[in-house]
Order: sequence, then C-alpha cells, then structure tokens
Amino acid sequence: MRWQTLEYAARSKMNGMLQIRDLSVSYYTDMGRAHALNHVNLELRSGEKLGLVGESGSGKSTMGLAMMRMIKPPGRIEGGAVTIGGTDLLSLSDKEMLKSRLSTISYIPQGAMNSLNPVLKIKRQMIDAHNAHRENRNTDTIMTLAREAITSVELGEHVLEMFPHELSGGMKQRVCIAIGILLQPQVIIADEPTSALDVVTQRQVIETLNKVQAKIGSALILIGHDMGLMAQSMDKVAVMYAGEIVEVNEVETVFNAPKHPYTQSLISSLPRLENRGKFQGIPGMAPSLYQLPDGCKFHPRCPKHFERCTSEIPLPQILEDGNYVACHLHGAS
Amino acid sequence: MTSIIELRGISKLYKVGKKEVRALNNISFNLEGEPAKIITVAGESGSGKTTLASIMLGLIKPSTGNVVYQGEDIHHLSSTEYKEFRKNVQAVFQDPFAVFNPFYPVDHLLEVPIRKFNRQLKKAQRKKLMEEALEAVGLQPREILGRYPHQLSGGQRQRINVARAIVIKPKLLVADEPVSMVDASLRANILEALVSLRENYNVNIIYITHDLTTAYHVSDSIIVLYRGSVMEAGSIIPVIETPQHPYTRLLINSIPWPDLSRKWDNQIHENPDIQEIGEQGCRFYSRCPERMDSCLQAPRLLSLKKGHLACCHLFQREGAESPLTDHL
Repeated sequence: MRWQTLEYAARSKMNGMLQIRDLSVSYYTDMGRAHALNHVNLELRSGEKLGLVGESGSGKSTMGLAMMRMIKPPGRIEGGAVTIGGTDLLSLSDKEMLKSRLSTISYIPQGAMNSLNPVLKIKRQMIDAHNAHRENRNTDTIMTLAREAITSVELGEHVLEMFPHELSGGMKQRVCIAIGILLQPQVIIADEPTSALDVVTQRQVIETLNKVQAKIGSALILIGHDMGLMAQSMDKVAVMYAGEIVEVNEVETVFNAPKHPYTQSLISSLPRLENRGKFQGIPGMAPSLYQLPDGCKFHPRCPKHFERCTSEIPLPQILEDGNYVACHLHGAS
Repeated sequence: MTSIIELRGISKLYKVGKKEVRALNNISFNLEGEPAKIITVAGESGSGKTTLASIMLGLIKPSTGNVVYQGEDIHHLSSTEYKEFRKNVQAVFQDPFAVFNPFYPVDHLLEVPIRKFNRQLKKAQRKKLMEEALEAVGLQPREILGRYPHQLSGGQRQRINVARAIVIKPKLLVADEPVSMVDASLRANILEALVSLRENYNVNIIYITHDLTTAYHVSDSIIVLYRGSVMEAGSIIPVIETPQHPYTRLLINSIPWPDLSRKWDNQIHENPDIQEIGEQGCRFYSRCPERMDSCLQAPRLLSLKKGHLACCHLFQREGAESPLTDHL
C-alpha cells in the first residue's frame, strides 16, 4: 500500500459505504505490461451518484470490471481493496464473489442490450439471473421480484413474457437495468448504458436509471465520456487519465471551478450553447499504457506543467468530503 | 445557375421480407455550393440519414427520383463524367479504424486518390499535395507521413480521412457521423478541421449526425429527418434555438447539455399504445404529444419565415410546398 493511501484513509472522514483503496490492474501482453489502473482510491456513500469520465483507454471500464472481479487474463488485479459495507470483495472466495455479484454489486455492461439471450423470454432470463447469484427460492417469490423490477424501469409486466427481438433498443436497455437491480444491490455500475441510443431514448434510460437508484437507495457509478450526461444527473464526477483518477469532485465544482488542469481542458473543450463555433480541443494524445511518462502522467500535454511535474508523481490532495485532486499545483508539500 | 448536386424527389424503399420500409420519402433539394455551406442532416437511428448520404454519393440507387450532377442523372454518366463526379464528391465515414490497411503507412491512403485522379504528377508534387491536405486538417505532415495506422490516435486517423477526401480538392464532402466514434476531447479538432475546409477551401459539407450539439456548432443549416421525411429544416440558429416541430422540440429537450444551468426539464411522456398510422399520415403521429385528427393526412413542408421550414399540421396554411433549397 502506498503511503498516500494510508493518508487518504486517515484524512477522508467520509467513511463511505463503498471504499476503493489502492486498486491496481495490469494487462500482460506481447508488448509488455500495460498499467491500466494505478493505485486508484475512491469512496462513495449509499444513494450517491458518481460519474466516471475519461478518454478511451483511460481505465474507466477496467475499474468497473475490477470492482466486479471480472478482469480476465491477460489482465490481473495487482492489489488493493474494494470494500462494500465492510467486506473486501477482493478477499472473497470465487464462490462467495459469485453470490455477491448482482446482490451486492451489479454491473450493466456497455451494449448490455445485446447480451440478452434471443431464444429465452425475459422472464426466464430474470429467473436465471436470480438463481445464479442467490440461493434458489420458489418461482413465485422470484416472479414477484421480477415484476417489481420490470415495473420500476417503467415497462409493463407483459414484457416479462416477451422475447428480446420484440423490444426496441431502449426497452432492451431497460430490461438490462431491471436485471441489474433485481436483487437490490448496494452498488450499481453502469458502463456507457446509452452509447448506442439516440438522444430521446438516452434521456429516458438515464432518467429511469436515476429513478430506480433513488428507489433502492444504492450507490450508482455511471461510466462514460459524455460530460453532458454527468451534468444532467450525477452528484459527483471522477475524472480518469491514463489509469489514474486525477480529480474527484462535486459536479458543481467540476463544471464551475475544476481543479486539475486536465479537468479544466476537458471542461473548456465542451460544446455549449453559448460558445457556438468555438473549438478548443486538448492538444496531444494520451500516453501509451505500456510506456507511461515519468512524474505526472498528464505533464506532456499540460499547459501549466513545471519542473517538478516531469519527475515527481503528484499525490492526491484530500479536499473535504472524500474528494481529491492529484496535481502539484494544489497542496503544499 | 450552377449547382453541385441536385436531389429531385428522392424516395427509397427497402424490402424486408414482404414488407416495404420507406427509408426516404420524397426529398428534393439543390445544393448550389456558392458560397460554401455546411448542411447538417440530423435524425435518430432509422431516420434515413445514412441512406440519404449513400444516395448522394451514388452508392445506392433511389427507388424514385434522380440525383443530378451537372444536368445529368449520376447513374447515367459516362465513365469520364463519373470519374469527375467522384473527384468532386468525396466521403468521410464513421469508423476511423476500418478504412486503414494496417500493412501500409498512412501515406498510402493519401496517395492512392492522387494517383487515381492526377496521374501526371511527380512524386515530389504528390508529396506536396499530401502535406497541404494534412495541414488543412490541422496535422503536422512530418508527424504523420511514414507512420502506420496503429501509431496514431482515433482523432488523428479521422483527420487523415478528412485529408484523404480533400487531397483531390472536391467541391462536396459527405461526412457520415465523422465524430461519433472519436473521444469527446478530440472531436473539437475534427470539427474545427471541417469548418476550416469550408472557410479556406470553399468545400461544401453534408454533415450527417444524430448529435445536435455538434451540428449546432459547425453547420450553417440543418435538415431534421424522422423516418424518412423532413420534419423541420432551415438555418441552424432558428431551428436549434426556437424549434417549432414537436419532434425537433423533443430532440432538443433531450440533449444532455454539459451545463448545470441547462438541466433536463419536465419529463417526457410517451404513450407506447398509440397505433402507428399508415403511409398517408404524419410519420411522427404515434409519438407526437400534440397529435390531432388532421394528422392522419400528411402535412406539407411550409416555410414559417425565411430560413425556417416545418412539416406539421400546427403550421399548415394554404399554398404550395416550400422548396427546401430556398431556406437552407
């Protein structure tokens, strides 16, 4: 455990329901070792909604998968802890982890709607999901849960009797959300749940997700790169860059007074209604995960970098409420 | 009157088993091309926007109607005329990864069109053209030439695709979702490249997208399609800032603006039980919050004012349909 993690644990007074400490993941490929996730820390309370944003390859999905312990070879969780309500998921046996999925933590993957089995009714798929992750109960009890889940995503109960091909993209995505909340997990991770949907359906799906999250009071992590969705519905935003969280902050702070230079460039690159015709991209490109730069990972693209950034890794500076920023411009030491 | 390309009453029917799906319904407009414009074609998946692009490029034939290039239907051009059409009308596609051959340096992609359309050029001249095109899209030629596709980011690759299209100096670029597969932070660079093409090289651009935010930022005019029919069209500012058609209003209300002061307001209520109506009526009937009996008859596309058209019974009056061209 790196020392700043201890400090983070000591100084973050939040004591959240979900605690991620020092989580690291690498992929071992022919090209070498890719550091996909480097010593990531995060805390979340019940009922909180966090948006996890970053460019492709910044480690967003890896983080979601690592929390579910679903990293497959050549990937490996190198260390850390993912604690939910006092239990460290990473120390559970495989069998215990299987039972935790869906009932403690659930994951709605990218393109989830294409994961539905085309030859089974929705009902059957929900029963199967239940039985895989919870001890068998009689079908009536499960069906009550299924009906409750399907109505909470604003679909009619008749959908349970339908096959996936009879549903539109938005409806399928809602079925996947219904399966995800079937066992009322404490943490829901939704990985780009709307990336294949048009704006109207996207809005409906995100609103549904927010509604069920509020109903069951779980924590929600929305993974995506659309800052618009984060502004519309999240409480907090965690910004990832090259396998690290560079800033976690309240959504208002992220949009109005971002702290990290990367967050600042990200916010000023957004197309708003007021700045029509102005474009401000972030120059340069993200570093290769096989060959990360020394010091701060962002310094080659950072407009504000100075001597120290090229050699010394910036440690997360704890702000109030478990938020932090990892940049040499902030914090004394 | 000069014109780059003209669509005359284009409709496209796809046969799905025994059913017929109308992907495009009687679309006409004339792209004059002077001064150069960026025209957005917007709509959700299934609205017919990619079909429209493919028809303009001559990749598929319309079921009825003609695409006219310099006074002639593009499917009846002689081979030299067709080659000229190809030179003047170029495309950029959605996927910045699929068009590259991983075994060649990216120079190959840029050089092939030059060789094809300007055979007499020497190697040094070809290189100069390639460098100019790369600079036009905001790339440094020495950082790009000689490198392989896997060494470049998605944003760089997509800008190379734009450079490939303009290396032979077309008059019209049809860009089908050019930024949808590129990271948000890199989109700005590609959009900037498109705008600079219009300004510095006088290239007209048909920008096909479902993303009204970027459409608002780059384009001069917009055509909003829904299930193959034009719902609303006109100059970009009135259409986005004061949308009139219920469909456009729904779309614009659903944009997740990255702006805390512009949050989604009252929730959308759609009643999925309303039956679809046949070919005769308004295509948006089943989802429209303002539907009424007259909507069972097809509305006509009429101008509300200069630079703003809508096709909806809320705005019907006497008179003939207004041509799209005059308001774009």
